[in-house]
Amino acid sequence: MKKENIIIDDNKLEFNSGETILEVAHRNNIFIPTLCRLKGASPTGRCGMCVVEIKDSDDLTRACITPASNNMIIYTESLKVINKRKKAITKLLSMGNHNCAIRDFHAKDWTSFQLKVLKKDATDQLCPAWGDCELQDLAYKYQVQTRDIPISESSFPIERANPFIIRDFSRCILCGRCVKACREIQVNNAIDFGDNETSGKIIAGSDVALKDSDCVFCGECVEACPVGALVHEKSIKKQRSVKIEKTRTTCSFCGVGCQIELSVQNNKIININSAGRDIVPNNGSLCVKGRFGFDFVNSSERLTSPMIKKNGKLETATWEQAIDVVASKFISIKKESGSDSIGVLTSARFTNEENYIAQKFARAVLKTNNIDHCARL
Amino acid sequence: MTNSIQDIETADVILATGTNTTENHPVISSFIKRACLKGTTLIVIDPRKIKLTQHGDIWLRQTLGTDIAWINGFMHVIIKKNLYDKEFIKKRTEDFEELKKTVLKYTPEYVEKITGISANKIIETAKIFAQAKKGCILYCMGITQHTCGTDNVKSLANLSMLCGNIGLPGGGVNPLRGQNNVQGACDMGGLPNVFTGYQKIDDDNVRKKYETAWNVTELSFKPGLVATQMIEKAEKGELKSLYIMGENPMVSDPDLNHAEKALKNLDFLVVQDIFLTETAKIADVVLPANCFAEKNGTFSNTERRVQRVRKAVNAPGSAKEDWKIICDIASLMGYSMDYADPEEIFEEIRETTPSYKGITWKRIEKQGLQWPCPTEDHPGTPILHTEQFTRGKGLFHAIEHQDPAELPDKNYPFMLTTGRVLYHYHTGTMTMKSKGLNTLSPECFVEISSNDVTKLGFKDKAMVEVLSRRGKIKAKLKISSKAVDGTLFIPFHFAKAAANKLTNAKLDPIAKIPELKVCAVKIQRPA
Ligand code: SF4
Ligand code: SF4
Ligand code: SF4
Repeated sequence: MKKENIIIDDNKLEFNSGETILEVAHRNNIFIPTLCRLKGASPTGRCGMCVVEIKDSDDLTRACITPASNNMIIYTESLKVINKRKKAITKLLSMGNHNCAIRDFHAKDWTSFQLKVLKKDATDQLCPAWGDCELQDLAYKYQVQTRDIPISESSFPIERANPFIIRDFSRCILCGRCVKACREIQVNNAIDFGDNETSGKIIAGSDVALKDSDCVFCGECVEACPVGALVHEKSIKKQRSVKIEKTRTTCSFCGVGCQIELSVQNNKIININSAGRDIVPNNGSLCVKGRFGFDFVNSSERLTSPMIKKNGKLETATWEQAIDVVASKFISIKKESGSDSIGVLTSARFTNEENYIAQKFARAVLKTNNIDHCARL
Repeated sequence: MTNSIQDIETADVILATGTNTTENHPVISSFIKRACLKGTTLIVIDPRKIKLTQHGDIWLRQTLGTDIAWINGFMHVIIKKNLYDKEFIKKRTEDFEELKKTVLKYTPEYVEKITGISANKIIETAKIFAQAKKGCILYCMGITQHTCGTDNVKSLANLSMLCGNIGLPGGGVNPLRGQNNVQGACDMGGLPNVFTGYQKIDDDNVRKKYETAWNVTELSFKPGLVATQMIEKAEKGELKSLYIMGENPMVSDPDLNHAEKALKNLDFLVVQDIFLTETAKIADVVLPANCFAEKNGTFSNTERRVQRVRKAVNAPGSAKEDWKIICDIASLMGYSMDYADPEEIFEEIRETTPSYKGITWKRIEKQGLQWPCPTEDHPGTPILHTEQFTRGKGLFHAIEHQDPAELPDKNYPFMLTTGRVLYHYHTGTMTMKSKGLNTLSPECFVEISSNDVTKLGFKDKAMVEVLSRRGKIKAKLKISSKAVDGTLFIPFHFAKAAANKLTNAKLDPIAKIPELKVCAVKIQRPA
């Protein structure tokens, strides 16, 4: 079969039948902005950012819902396209309380913009998604002048009635990503568009608080939200001026082994996200434990020094003392009662390397096969 | 798992049994639910009306502890209706005739009597499963934590082989492992009868290999004790000392009152953990360890994928990495264990473990690899047994139904099953440090049907005492649509009302897994 081609910004590209213009472009690393598309879910076509120009056509077309066809010629950043995107961004910004100072932004360079924001950051009213907001990025990229856009108040109060997720409707751009994340990716079916799609609200259950709906706090919607309408309760406490280090690792709760990314500031985990939609085994999904259950790491109840029991009470000791007691006790018990009078329980929470060391210790040092873990329980 | 997590979404039929996936493996449950959206048929066979049943087409409710019976019933129907995969059976399996003979008597009517699942439903569901091209079986501890746990697992393997679902994308028999690195702990020889990669300790060649690798003589060929036996021997005074790391048997063990007595009877108990757990409190020496965010290494997930763990923060106080602590003890005992870092340990693992041989930290930097992975250019193994089974041919096991060790009677009229809830993990040492998780799941409860509550004359949320022959706990009743008349469910996470004070420590004779999923209890007003 002859391969069919589409031409995007002068690049001749092959496509598979059924692929949309957006999919072909993204597969080839051609930038087309989107605010509503969520990988793995059906498109909502709501944000209007992905418009492109098709040669010899008067109207602009949304790349996310238009299938590629043979010999189609596409321009992704023509003047017409840019103006349309600017208008779309302006409309989205005017829908709510987007006070991240992009609106005052007038200066020509990013640095002065940042400095200005940092100065203003004494208030906690500033959108917590600042610096991590796709709408803000696009407004900057397309140099949208927003000084004259009035801030509109939201008709729905902010919801903080659960321990993990803050829902700030005043920043919601009704892109629908959260709905897709909840219904098509996690399939928890907790949230939906309100009855009247233009009523301007994403509702949980029959418009109740998340905690009273079917929500299981997987946080998929938070990760999907392009703006500051859904945020982690914990992440609003981050300090904007201190660098955040990100580390990819594996969740330590269940056997799925989700790939996660820890955000660390001042030696404290402040946030956990998935490692990304393209990464197995979880493809961007997490559950409530993996995403929000990290308080234990920094708990004040963590053990910080060895302890030895004296007169029936555990007392703090040095490592030297503790290791010495353990080693000499093991030696004497082994001598008196034999190797098989000692048992070792290693752990399903240990790394492979640690489990290996534990069984090597039992077998090579204690000379017993009394080594097990609690997998059975 | 014989197959990969990604595979689940491509199955034609999914049979999920003894797995409350939405609460215990939430992300895997999304793969199942997405498959359902795309048209996969989901069959849930579970004593509770778990959430997954809302996404499924079929829910069958078996009486607790009667899994072998329904599985044999399914096979009876499949053989009788001639729906089994003859070619697969001929080419790849042995002892089919034995199986055939045994399941002959498991007619749908007979099975209905044992399991409570109607004969019609058994016929209908067995047909659906057998007629699917790709049938995926998922199970978890609802299948294994029984005195007949090993036989339950073998029965599921029988069913899968009978339908020719092994070695097939979207098929397979897939146990979902509970704790994050159970797979790895087993792979690494954290078991009393095998070294790494399941190499047997009574194989002279294997032992010799390790004696050379470790530079020691006379490694023991005597199989060691499993955890539950260690507790038993401790009570009798035959086991003098235990070195417990990162485990909390004072909450997770069956028949807790007995476990506590046993541990207190030890001459010397060492506990190495990140918190002062219930078990650490009674230790002679407590050693503070690092948690996952403070160490480098690897975990192996339930689909055998070896993945990196990376250090992100520093540990509190003088807490140390677990491997370092063990090495320090070993060295002081006169055997030098000296490694620069965990990667050096991993290299040693590779040397002695054929299934891990081809995996290097460098290779898994971006994405984990699934063992067996014998060479450095091997892509890993997403599906097991595509050509042959580990032993060559797949063996059918003819298995008869056996009653659970304890059944309800006049004095203890309810059946109790235990498990987990979404918001907590195991004994709660980690999740209960989270205010948020505690808000969403603050305390223990006794899940019960509204019929039973009315019959007993209680009210929803009433504080009650639940008693078994071994102990009693106090908790609030919680009427739930998940519950079925006559059966209670209690999560085992909570030390204050530890469900395992009630459970039966009776073991599966082979896997030595205690029967945590069935025992007999009664409910009464607190004194
Ligand atoms: S947290 Fe998860 S379940 Fe709750 S609304 Fe968001 S996506 Fe849905
Ligand atoms: S909450 Fe976020 S993801 Fe959901 S519709 Fe609003 S802006 Fe989009
Ligand atoms: S995020 Fe949830 S599902 Fe994933 S590994 Fe962690 S506990 Fe398991």
